[in-house]
Amino acid sequence: MSKFHISATVNGEAVEYLCDPKQTLLDVLRDELNLTGSKEGCSSGDCGACSVTLDGRLVCSCLVLGVEMQGRSVETIESMASGEKLHPLQQKFLEAAALQCGFCTPGFLVAAKSLLEKNPNPTESETRYWLAGNLCRCTGYDKIIRAVLETAADMRGSK
Amino acid sequence: MAGYEGKAFKWVGTRPVRPDGVDKVTGRANYGADQNLAGQLTGRILRSPHAHAKILSIDTSKAEKLPGVKAVITGKDFPQMHRGVLPGDEGVNFHYLSSNIMARDKALYDGHAVAAVAATSAAIAEEALALIDVKYEVLPHVIDVDDALKPGAPLLHDDIFTTGVNPKPDKPSNTVQRVHMALGDANAAFKDADIIVERSFKSKTVHQGYIEPHAVVAEWCEDGQARIWCSSQGHFMVRALTARLLNMEVAQVRVMPAEIGGGFGGKTIIFIEPTAVLLARKAERPVRIVMSRDEVFRATGPAPGSSIDVKIGAKKNGMLVAAVGEFRFQAGAFPGSPLGPACMAAFGPYALAHVTSAGYEAVTNRPLCFSYRAPGAPLASFAVESVIDEIAQKLNIDPMEMRIMNGSKEGTQMVYGPKLKAVGNLECLKAIKNHPINKIPLGPNQGRGLAAGFWFNLGGQSSAVVNIAEDGTATIMTGSPDIGGSRASMALMAAEVLGIDYSKVRPIVGDTSAVGFCEITHGSRVTFATGMAIIQAAEDVVLQCRQRVAAMWEVDVEAVVWEDGHARPAGANAGEQKPLSLAQIAARAARTGGPLVGKAAINAGGAGPAFAVHICDVEVDPETGGVKILRYVASQDAGKAIHPSYVEGQIQGGAVQGIGWALNEEYIYGADGRLQNSGFLDYRIPVASDLPMIEPIILEIPNPGHPFGVRGVGEVGIVPPLAALANAISRATGVRMMDLPMTPPKILAAIDAKK
Amino acid sequence: MARIVLSDEFGRQFAGGQTRFDLDVKNVRHLIRELEEMFPGIGEHLEAGAIAIDNEIIPDPWLNPIKPNSEVFFLPPIKGG
Ligand code: FES
Ligand code: FES
Repeated sequence: MSKFHISATVNGEAVEYLCDPKQTLLDVLRDELNLTGSKEGCSSGDCGACSVTLDGRLVCSCLVLGVEMQGRSVETIESMASGEKLHPLQQKFLEAAALQCGFCTPGFLVAAKSLLEKNPNPTESETRYWLAGNLCRCTGYDKIIRAVLETAADMRGSK
Repeated sequence: MAGYEGKAFKWVGTRPVRPDGVDKVTGRANYGADQNLAGQLTGRILRSPHAHAKILSIDTSKAEKLPGVKAVITGKDFPQMHRGVLPGDEGVNFHYLSSNIMARDKALYDGHAVAAVAATSAAIAEEALALIDVKYEVLPHVIDVDDALKPGAPLLHDDIFTTGVNPKPDKPSNTVQRVHMALGDANAAFKDADIIVERSFKSKTVHQGYIEPHAVVAEWCEDGQARIWCSSQGHFMVRALTARLLNMEVAQVRVMPAEIGGGFGGKTIIFIEPTAVLLARKAERPVRIVMSRDEVFRATGPAPGSSIDVKIGAKKNGMLVAAVGEFRFQAGAFPGSPLGPACMAAFGPYALAHVTSAGYEAVTNRPLCFSYRAPGAPLASFAVESVIDEIAQKLNIDPMEMRIMNGSKEGTQMVYGPKLKAVGNLECLKAIKNHPINKIPLGPNQGRGLAAGFWFNLGGQSSAVVNIAEDGTATIMTGSPDIGGSRASMALMAAEVLGIDYSKVRPIVGDTSAVGFCEITHGSRVTFATGMAIIQAAEDVVLQCRQRVAAMWEVDVEAVVWEDGHARPAGANAGEQKPLSLAQIAARAARTGGPLVGKAAINAGGAGPAFAVHICDVEVDPETGGVKILRYVASQDAGKAIHPSYVEGQIQGGAVQGIGWALNEEYIYGADGRLQNSGFLDYRIPVASDLPMIEPIILEIPNPGHPFGVRGVGEVGIVPPLAALANAISRATGVRMMDLPMTPPKILAAIDAKK
Repeated sequence: MARIVLSDEFGRQFAGGQTRFDLDVKNVRHLIRELEEMFPGIGEHLEAGAIAIDNEIIPDPWLNPIKPNSEVFFLPPIKGG
């Protein structure tokens, strides 16, 4: 199986990689680019642990092929904090204990960030539906939903 | 170990950010699948498509010849284990354990491993699996526990002779064991009852559903040692079992604990580690195996399905007079279901003079049924709490008052023998009784349900080390994997005893060669038992500090007290000395005897049982049978909440797992014995939009067996939801659901049948 | 003498149905040895389970003392999740 040569942008940096046609974007991030922050919980688009944004749009990276990435741009959990400063969602997740095992956390953070970019003032119900594609088995979602709503309020307040 | 009663805590009970938190919100934390060693190969496992089949032959020659394939193994590569349980093996049947990890002469369930390969890429490994030629002779299979118990059912093993029956059977069967325990004489006492309700309940296999699939990286070294990186609920358990199954000395295996992405009991045993080690040994390169979600469902250790009969008798005023429970649990393809604990826990919330708890466990052609949060208790409790509620309905009395009237408390004798010490059952009930939810009026098709739950909590072996650095900061190390914030709890307890700031304590989960033995993270034992080890190790440091300061001040050690992180003179007689801080003492460590290292290695007894009471409001759509949860409140006795936010998280997470168990989750098998829903799309766990907020109420009735009063909080929260929902649905619709999960079609059919 | 209580299964399997005994023993190790002498084969099964002494469930309690008025229950093994 010959490999494809792909040039793409990952977290703002130009990268090149070789990938075989079966590898997903998630495989490429984790195995070829060593960005293991995006997690694999199902590889079928059901758990959201692999959430990234592709050209600004929230996707499951396990449902995108590595070869589809030519010329495109992906943002992962690894680029969410800037320098030593955590994103307000990351900070709030810590303070609100919105993670237990933490395995779903990167996916939730990426998805929640994308929600707040589209809708800075979501209702509880909108937040629950937006995040319905992200599974968490530890928390019962309560603290996650609260953390997202509180961050939204904080971010609105600081503008 | 006393001395903490009545003391105001400075750190315990606060809610600081967890020490491992930043790694986990930035993607930096390393979980099982994140390990990447130079030259690492991809391991994949070939699994049986049949529920029950004799393996006639396995031809791996084509796979071995595929370029990029570096190793292929089958059951033949595994050492033979002794059949049966040897004395000293703590009840583990290593022949079964090994046969579950790699099938020998028979495949016993859809998904049973039959061969494994290691190759230079995932694509090649998968191609190789397709080239392995396994010849099967398909055998009749049995999936349901009641069917498996019948004489003439397809036999899985020729060496299972039912234990607990007399005379000892001379023929093998699927029935693993009979458990029977009784208090008083329930059958005779039923004659005093004004009302008797007897019901049968069924439930399906459910999975723990941790989001992180099992993952391992193994490396074989030329000197015969193995190194393993994996996520588990206990790396010492992984070490012990892997060494034993591969005939290795325990110290030749080193296991590094990765972060664990959920376990809930499902990672308290091994499935792939020996396979990875054997592949690595054969390939002479490190091998990583990461299970797919399909493999996780088909071939790990879900919770058993059950078939249960419960009969309870009561007086007109609601006083219970007698109860009998008969619990039949699936075991999967090998023994291991939590039947004993289920029998013991079933009637835990009630004071009963006459009660019998008994049951059978039977092997079936399913994956090994293993531990899931408060193992056995949710199913037993679902049946008991449903019957209690029905009695209250029939007698037209308040189900809360009935529970309080009959509630177990300090001094109540349990069906398994001992009496309860101080527990929080009544307090949990009263907290729910006094909650404002009870005042909210219910609309049409709405109902309110209530249920109580019990779990033992466990103690056991733990070790801990507290190292004080030159500047007085502390590194604390245990061997208990942090599955939901336990590093934070450990650091809080150490900070409390040492009297230093929480931020000056760094907790580490050490590997099997770096720290003393710790049992698995299960049974709600870590904050209790490993926490006790941390407290004792920190007390050890404090004692050493006092001794050193006493030597410097030339006084007796009793003349030096430890307060607020400082050594101080005990009183006026001890002389005029300036207090010395831990940092100051640490700076003088070299000159006063060397490094300050506190240690503790314990086998903790005194675990205190946990109780929980949940109440919920539901609305049932009469057109679809769909259940919407409107409100949910959960009370639980934590003994002492070390980090209340993570205690709340355990309560909320347990409740939601129970909600999934009650409403959606089930293993669905076809007539061919194959699992039909081995993915999250079809095995649907609750998602955010299914749920309301879960309001936790933490109660603190101190456990007399722990210096800070800790009980452990991980498990009991999953016990009440099943019945709480069934009871709410019953009050919303007038139909009682006795078959889990309570899916819309089942509820609709029940409503239609009543019309 | 301490009051010793076996589970029904153990009683049926090993002790001819008897489950209650009054024995004079110092600790759990003595007790298991004594019961093994009375009912050969029972010892390893007892050790695989849990034990409650005076209403406290204790893991692996070989050396835990048993007082003259103690109450000891042998229980099925308990595993957590
Ligand atoms: S791994 Fe992509 S959605 Fe689960
Ligand atoms: S915190 Fe464990 S899955 Fe969400």
